[in-house]
Amino acid sequence: MQALHNIELDVQEGEFITVIGPSGCGKSTLLRIVAGLDLEFQGSVTLDGRPIGGPGIDKGFIFQEPRLFPWLTVEKNIAADLSLRSSEVRRKVDELIELVRLTGFEKAYPKELSGGMAQRVSIARALLRNPRVLLLDEPFGALDAFTRAHMQEVLLDIWQRNGTTMIFVTHDIDEAVFLGNRIVILKSRPGEIRAKMNVDLPHPRKKVNSSFQTFRYQVLSEFEKVDELNWGESGAGI
Amino acid sequence: MSIRQVEFAAPRTTATASKLMARRWGRRLYKLLAGLVLPLVLLAAWQILGDRGLISTLLFPTPAAIFNNALGLYDTGELTDNLRISLVRMLSGFGLGASCGFAFGLAVGLSRYVERSLDPTIQMIRMVPHLALTTLFVLWFGIGETAKVLLIAKGAFFPLYINTYLAIRNVDGKYFEVARVLGFSGKKRLYRLVVPAIMPGVFLGIRLSVAVSWLGLVVAEIMGSTSGIGYMMMDARAMSMTATVFVGIFLFAILGKTSDSLVLALERRVLRWRDSFGGR
Repeated sequence: MQALHNIELDVQEGEFITVIGPSGCGKSTLLRIVAGLDLEFQGSVTLDGRPIGGPGIDKGFIFQEPRLFPWLTVEKNIAADLSLRSSEVRRKVDELIELVRLTGFEKAYPKELSGGMAQRVSIARALLRNPRVLLLDEPFGALDAFTRAHMQEVLLDIWQRNGTTMIFVTHDIDEAVFLGNRIVILKSRPGEIRAKMNVDLPHPRKKVNSSFQTFRYQVLSEFEKVDELNWGESGAGI
Repeated sequence: MSIRQVEFAAPRTTATASKLMARRWGRRLYKLLAGLVLPLVLLAAWQILGDRGLISTLLFPTPAAIFNNALGLYDTGELTDNLRISLVRMLSGFGLGASCGFAFGLAVGLSRYVERSLDPTIQMIRMVPHLALTTLFVLWFGIGETAKVLLIAKGAFFPLYINTYLAIRNVDGKYFEVARVLGFSGKKRLYRLVVPAIMPGVFLGIRLSVAVSWLGLVVAEIMGSTSGIGYMMMDARAMSMTATVFVGIFLFAILGKTSDSLVLALERRVLRWRDSFGGR
């Protein structure tokens, strides 16, 4: 079965790419291929000119669920396989806890965290490894609207401070426009790139601004074209 | 809308902390008392029935008589000596069997190759009844300590082996994906992922192993022995000293329950992170 077809995408360092498309269009597959988690594909995926041979810490991955280790505290989850006894790790973990706004929860177990907090821990866990690129697979999909808006701000804050390259998969148009400086629109069966759009809205973006809404309509109209081609495949989370 | 940690963190004053502490101790005491009610009622009924001559005190010596008998055995040193010997046997047999069970469970659980080559044999040995092996062990090692410890170890091995092995196979594959993404080494994957993840299963295995070890101890001491609580009971039976038999039974009940409670307490400590339904 072919999930993706004819995908060509160049991501520059420091970019914030949002990938959007209806469910089942292969956007998660695309991300897993870039992460090196899925190796059954034809074509080439390179990072800094080198082909991707498998998963590694140069490609941070945020899953839909936080996937924290329930037996480790917040700080140990962030450190994961590294030892907090190393002063270098300790310092970076403390910095990251502050960056993801979890000060005071260092010793808490995942069961004591809310969904948004847990996802922030998983972001910190990926950032500790200084990835060349952070791959996010609908990371805020399970969160309520308020927490989600807050998380988007946290993520933008991290991006602006660290300049980490981001590839963010979502099915929420607002989220894609709010976060990305480039939007990749996929269509399904087979998953192909329908359009790439530069988002020239300055930060901080306001979802109620008319320029934001105008841009949102442009993305939406791209989707209408997609829908004409894929009759019956709606559910783009509009 | 911005959510800050301040709203999540409940302020902890010393007053509420001590109140929490008191409530926790209260709950513990309540739990202990709730568990003691049934045994105490049964003992009291038994004592009254015995005193009124409604049951044969030859077959059912009253609890008071059993207690006096235990005091007598303690005074002669018989009780302490046999108890010490039994405890050493049980602990060494359990230690040997459980550690081997855990190690083999890990190996078989982690590797399909080891599973295919080892598990069928282990399952076969598991099916051999205790008593059948006892005969062979006595032939091989005589009625010395080796045979007894090995018999207990054989029993203790399997519950821990099977539960470790199954627990590994039940670890959510998603965690292994996280380990891959984070670039865990094989060693880190074992210590930070597999071992903590299987702890709930391992503790279940330990509890079952402890129970089977007590069973193995009695079998070993009754089959051929000149010391230990099991021997003390057999010896008493031969002389129709029913009270001493009951002392042995009560000892096993107390030892069994105590060891189980110790494992449970350890489990609660180690598995603090668990977020499961605690019953209503």
